[in-house]
Amino acid sequence: MMTSISTSPVQVGETELVPKRLVRARPLFDPEIVRRAVKESFLKLNPATLARNPVMFVVEVGAGVTSVLLIRDALRGASGLGFPLQIAVWLWFTVLFANFAEAMAEARGKAQADTLRKTRSDSVANRILANGKIEAVPASRLRAGDTVLCSAGDIIPGDGDVVEGIATVDESVITGESAPVIRESGGDRSAVTGGTRVLSDQIRVAITSNPGETFLDRMIALVEGAERQKTPNEIALNILIAGLTLIFLLAVVTLEPFAAYSVSSSGSGAVPSVAVLVALLVCLIPTTIGGLLSAIGIAGMDRVMQHNVLAMSGRAVEASGDVNTLLLDKTGTITLGNRQAVEFLPVEGVTTAELADAAQLSSLADETPEGRSVVVLAKDKYGLRSREVAERDAHFLPFSAYTRMSGVDLNGRRLRKGATEAIANFVREEGGSLPEGFFELSDRIARAGGTPLAVADCSRVLGVIHLKDIVKGGMKERIGQLRAMGIRTVMITGDNPLTAAAIAAEAGVDDFLAQATPKDKLEYIKREQGEGRLVAMTGDGTNDAPALAQADVGLAMNTGTSAAKEAGNMVDLDSNPTKLIEVVAIGKQLLITRGALTTFSIANDVAKYFAIIPAMFAATYPALSHLNIMRLHTPQSAVLAAVVFNALIIIALVPLALRGVHYRPQGAASMLRRNLLIYGLGGILAPFPGIWLLDQLLVALRLA
Amino acid sequence: MTPQGVVLIAVYFGLLLLLTKPMGLFLNRVFSGQRTLLHPVLRPVEKLIYRLGGVREDVEQRWTQYSASLIAFSLASFVVAYLLQRLQGRLPLNPQGFGTAVMTPDLAFNTAVSFVTNTNWQAYTGEATLSYLVQMAALTVQNFVSAAAGVAVAVAVVRGFARQQAHSIGNFWVDLTRGVLYVFLPLSLAGALFLCSRGVIQNFHPYEHVRTVEGAEQVIPQGPVASQEAIKMIGTNGGGFFNANSSHPFENPTPLTNFVQMLMIFLIPAGLTYTFGAMVGDTRQGWALFAAMSILFLAGVFIAYPAEQAGTPALQKAGIETAAGPAQPGGNMEGKEVRFGIAASALFAVITTDASCGAVNSMHDSYTPLGGLVPLFNIQLGEVVFGGTGAGLYGMLLFAILAVFIAGLMVGRTPEYLGKKIEQKEVKMAMLALIAAAASILVFAGLTAAVSFAKGSYWNPPGAAVANLNNGGPHGLGEILYAFSSATGNNGSAFAGINANTPWYNLTTGFAMLIGRFLFIIPMLAAAGSLAAKKKVPATSGTFPTHGGLFVGLLIGTVIIVGALTFFPALALGPIVEHFLLRDGKLFSFLMMATGVSL
Repeated sequence: MMTSISTSPVQVGETELVPKRLVRARPLFDPEIVRRAVKESFLKLNPATLARNPVMFVVEVGAGVTSVLLIRDALRGASGLGFPLQIAVWLWFTVLFANFAEAMAEARGKAQADTLRKTRSDSVANRILANGKIEAVPASRLRAGDTVLCSAGDIIPGDGDVVEGIATVDESVITGESAPVIRESGGDRSAVTGGTRVLSDQIRVAITSNPGETFLDRMIALVEGAERQKTPNEIALNILIAGLTLIFLLAVVTLEPFAAYSVSSSGSGAVPSVAVLVALLVCLIPTTIGGLLSAIGIAGMDRVMQHNVLAMSGRAVEASGDVNTLLLDKTGTITLGNRQAVEFLPVEGVTTAELADAAQLSSLADETPEGRSVVVLAKDKYGLRSREVAERDAHFLPFSAYTRMSGVDLNGRRLRKGATEAIANFVREEGGSLPEGFFELSDRIARAGGTPLAVADCSRVLGVIHLKDIVKGGMKERIGQLRAMGIRTVMITGDNPLTAAAIAAEAGVDDFLAQATPKDKLEYIKREQGEGRLVAMTGDGTNDAPALAQADVGLAMNTGTSAAKEAGNMVDLDSNPTKLIEVVAIGKQLLITRGALTTFSIANDVAKYFAIIPAMFAATYPALSHLNIMRLHTPQSAVLAAVVFNALIIIALVPLALRGVHYRPQGAASMLRRNLLIYGLGGILAPFPGIWLLDQLLVALRLA
Repeated sequence: MTPQGVVLIAVYFGLLLLLTKPMGLFLNRVFSGQRTLLHPVLRPVEKLIYRLGGVREDVEQRWTQYSASLIAFSLASFVVAYLLQRLQGRLPLNPQGFGTAVMTPDLAFNTAVSFVTNTNWQAYTGEATLSYLVQMAALTVQNFVSAAAGVAVAVAVVRGFARQQAHSIGNFWVDLTRGVLYVFLPLSLAGALFLCSRGVIQNFHPYEHVRTVEGAEQVIPQGPVASQEAIKMIGTNGGGFFNANSSHPFENPTPLTNFVQMLMIFLIPAGLTYTFGAMVGDTRQGWALFAAMSILFLAGVFIAYPAEQAGTPALQKAGIETAAGPAQPGGNMEGKEVRFGIAASALFAVITTDASCGAVNSMHDSYTPLGGLVPLFNIQLGEVVFGGTGAGLYGMLLFAILAVFIAGLMVGRTPEYLGKKIEQKEVKMAMLALIAAAASILVFAGLTAAVSFAKGSYWNPPGAAVANLNNGGPHGLGEILYAFSSATGNNGSAFAGINANTPWYNLTTGFAMLIGRFLFIIPMLAAAGSLAAKKKVPATSGTFPTHGGLFVGLLIGTVIIVGALTFFPALALGPIVEHFLLRDGKLFSFLMMATGVSL
């Protein structure tokens, strides 16, 4: 195991909190998007495309049949066609409204895809040939395996890994973030994305994807919804509402013979017209959820996108709502990316000031946050001013993974700081011995959740610096919320078990995995999955790839390697691992929205029966007017009011479908109680005043 | 309502509550193969049956094999029952000499299907058409095995929830054998002895000819009644030995036998809710189903009973006393037995239609519209209020799956029930079963309301099919709906009021029974197979708890809303409008109809 110590080069944590600025957010009803959606709503009337949505297809067929009969009657010169005309018009509106909802959801993605497309220009690539010569080729002719040279000002021609050099790159095309990022060969920051621009220096990039398969291409396809496939839960819900549609079709079709029997038996009235039967059918079938279902799914993907996370499939978003176990990397997710020095603990015979002085000297050239914090602590606590490095004849040793130490050679002093074991070895090699209590000191720090950083001067151990992991503000509360939602959080850390346990306790996580190797992570995920749990994790390194692929939700960091990005099913363009929690919330919100609108849709039917049934048989069985509890004016106004309500409720719920229902982390029981009250009971009650009002309006306007 | 009536209902429910746990524990022991008190006697018999049948007790079946075994068994049962009826004239135990002519092919088909599917719809009149041999070897045998098959399916479906990453859901032959041997035979034996002791007859005598007080001659049918009576109730079969069923004094002589018969109906279905909880390792889950069923049951009782006790407004208007008093039961006594009265009749009617029993102790056709709506709606809900032996449980589990799927999404997770994710396959199967049942009731009833027959037609007497009804108007429509609901729901009770013994009705109700039985069972077994293969997701605070009041309410809501949405239009033209018309003082009489298409 490699204990990650102060000068570890791998630090994730430029951004520490989720940026509140959402680069891709657009107003819900952006005029341009609405215009586009209105146009699309009509194009979507094509029965071939509508047939994929069984509920709305039935409505369209009903609207078609009603219209054809209307035209036939008009040609025959029949009178009193105002009523069937209005029914037909509103049935068409019902389909259009549903189309509009879907088109709105899609249009947002399409607008975004257009912006992305504009930035994708066919650049020229400098391909490096086997003989080392460079030839200029169009980027579209590059294949995986080619190597290209990119200099300042160049657009990187395709996805790849930096194999040589270091450069600053403007990735705002992808991330929306204008601050440049550093890309360098080796390590976990080697991946570059086609379409981004090199700002300084020069890099060689090994291309890893063929044209048309680049990250940008995939991103465009994803936001556009071109590759959208129905998610498992969406399919199941579609089966449910298609089944209900079939049941209502049976109920309405068989109502015809029952009505014929009743008319003949009571000797009065007439069998309801086709228009009225179609109206009843359309009111009963779950048009609300049928019309909004695909919009909800697309909008869910879009919401993830607004958080600057690119989900590779809707399935991934849906799965994130189901997650039972969240694997969170300690560093950068639970704790601030950097540890800070909080105390100097000298060994016996050494003064604190002496230790502080040595620690500060050894850290002067150490630009890591830990190094800086040592300098600052020495200054704040012991009044040691930061000394100018250049004035001194100093030789600085940077941290290396091999020695696990860094330090400075200065005026014959050989100051070193590093992992306890590494310093112990150093001192022994210098011929010194370890003082009493040295290991106890480090253990004490480790037990408290800190990282001990030993300091030595040649053969003499001076003491230990207590580096403390700072748990991010509000982390404990968020983990508490996750627990309330039934999600276990597991902290992954390279720290030893003692340190890990202390931080785990401070952050309030449910479990931790200490001294975690990539293999340990993978095993842990498999074990959790074996017990029926769904696991989410974040990762950025190549060695995270197997675990990212194994996890049900694998959120890869955009700064990570291409292997990691390939393995995950989501990429966070901001490279902020804390965002996994937001993603889970969005997944849940997506499922809740579906459930809420399904419940609402079905519950609505109760009121519609009370409107339509007495109206249909007003002449046959006037006694059924006892069921007309809304006291609707006439049979025609009652049927029309129900149909109009049914159509308008779709359009009224479009914002809800696109935004998602209000979501607050809480336990399942209280959440269900609340949602059942709003969407179940509300769904039963809401249409009564709604239909009543429409009836009043229709009568006042002399439309019925 | 009278105080006695309310006390009767309360005592009944209290006793049911007490019996549920012991019955459930016993059933759990039987179907998990544990020792019971009966083992010393019955275990050797059980082993012998396996040896004779070539059944390997320890080999389990996948859901497909389980279904295939059930279908094969039902088909064989059907063939035997059909042949016994058709050949009764040449077979023994036929003192009345009933021939083959009365058991026409369509009637024999209908009757065989009826008993194999645990429906016991009776288009025949037992005492006027069937020999003792047919009653016993064809009908009573089917009463045992069709009931046991239902319990077997329920147990197999529950195994789907209880197991994880399993491929099998039990062995049909073992479940069937254990059900008959350890549950139905001993209970029926005890039940038959009790009924005999209270006056139910059990003999092979020819019918007795007696002279009445007025000097007229009356034929009094005899037969082995008690043995069929006990299993008729315990197996929620409902097929009476006599046409009058449990209103006949030889079947149900006293208020005590009536009370015990009512308990017999619900005994196993209620016990199975506990068994369910025990099998899935959380008895609260079982009690939740019990609670949902109890609430629906009591709601039905307290609609039907007051409606019957209130009687008809027309009679009140005519100045006839309809209030209960020391000398009279009051209310609507038409079609009810004086020895039972209104409460015990209405309670019986609700119980027999909650369960898919179908035994009757009063004429449901003569109930007030509201009183008659309750039994009809109970059947249309799918008989999930305790329901038939086994059928009630797996029916309620279907609704639990739907309820959890629809509302469970609102907790922000893929819905789970008992740790099993409810996904595509389960929803598809649940919807398939629901659609099959709704289609069977609505389409057959719709066709019947529409068809008309030419002169000399094989199917039915000439004219409209609705001409077979005794009543016109909404009540007639109610009779049609009731017939096909009862057949599809495998209930078997009748509103009566229809001459249903014609090829048209025999075949349509026959197919309705087959659809209602097998197109419900097979999807449920398929769902069980899919569930058994899944892992169990451990429950967390993010899991929607399915043992509390919220779930009970949700389940009840789902059952009622699905049922109401499907059948409300039809019911509105039947019992609902009839209720309003009655309130408004409009009455219907027999009406000949001449509408519809010709066949």
